Amino acid sequence: MPLMYYLGLSAFMFTIGILGVLLRRNPLVVFMALELMFNAANLAFVAFAAFHKVLDGEIFVFFVITTAAAEVAIGLALIIAIFRTKHSVDIDQMSELKG
Amino acid sequence: MSALQWVFIIASLITVGAAVMMVASHRMMHAALWLAVALLGVAVIFVTLEASFFAVVQLLVYIGAILILIVFAIMLTQRSTEAGSRLNSLAWGAAGVAGVIWTALTYVFIRWVVSGTPMQELGASFDDVVLLGKALVDAEGFAVPFEVASVLLLAALIGAVYIAFERKGEGS
Repeated sequence: MPLMYYLGLSAFMFTIGILGVLLRRNPLVVFMALELMFNAANLAFVAFAAFHKVLDGEIFVFFVITTAAAEVAIGLALIIAIFRTKHSVDIDQMSELKG
Repeated sequence: MSALQWVFIIASLITVGAAVMMVASHRMMHAALWLAVALLGVAVIFVTLEASFFAVVQLLVYIGAILILIVFAIMLTQRSTEAGSRLNSLAWGAAGVAGVIWTALTYVFIRWVVSGTPMQELGASFDDVVLLGKALVDAEGFAVPFEVASVLLLAALIGAVYIAFERKGEGS
């Protein structure tokens, strides 16, 4: 299997994730699209680790997964806190911090 | 074609299809289930890369923990889910940005992989969980980032509880 196949799949997944982040208005879908982008990056890391036969890529994936877990925990807590005060989770209505 | 290539092609088609359905689906819960399918496809692709540890971690952490959190958040904010199907007002600009990024990524990959290094078969990767574990606790290796990651997870745990905690006399 050439490396290019894995990189192409990774690029395509990353682009779909960007589309989800930019297009959708519900922050939960935005979170899911972010997870997709994390996964695309992890796929590229693991493919490069297998290609170059070094461990560093896989170690980086380990830390990416850790950071993703922390990010999701904080983000979902924020969404629930926003929903509790505004009774809506529409991204366009989250403009309270606008100067 | 070899069996491995068939597995890769089928898994990548399922992953890409599920990802597109996730972004396109109108209902939040359907999007979460399509995300589960996409994550499962990535786990299968990790297996074809002979990274068995990360295939298992993908199942445990992403599908087991993160997706459950997302499903709970969807259920907690259910009143808003009906309005979630609307797209952003700048949809065409977003599509343009995504197209530009995809073109740039593919251009860089093709130019770099094809002209820089020849199209080379991926060999059997070393799949040594022992090496990975030793590198993570080795003081010469990645012991410090490992400990920092544990502190980060603890901070995220406390922060999530603090943010989501309902304070009395405030809000509703």
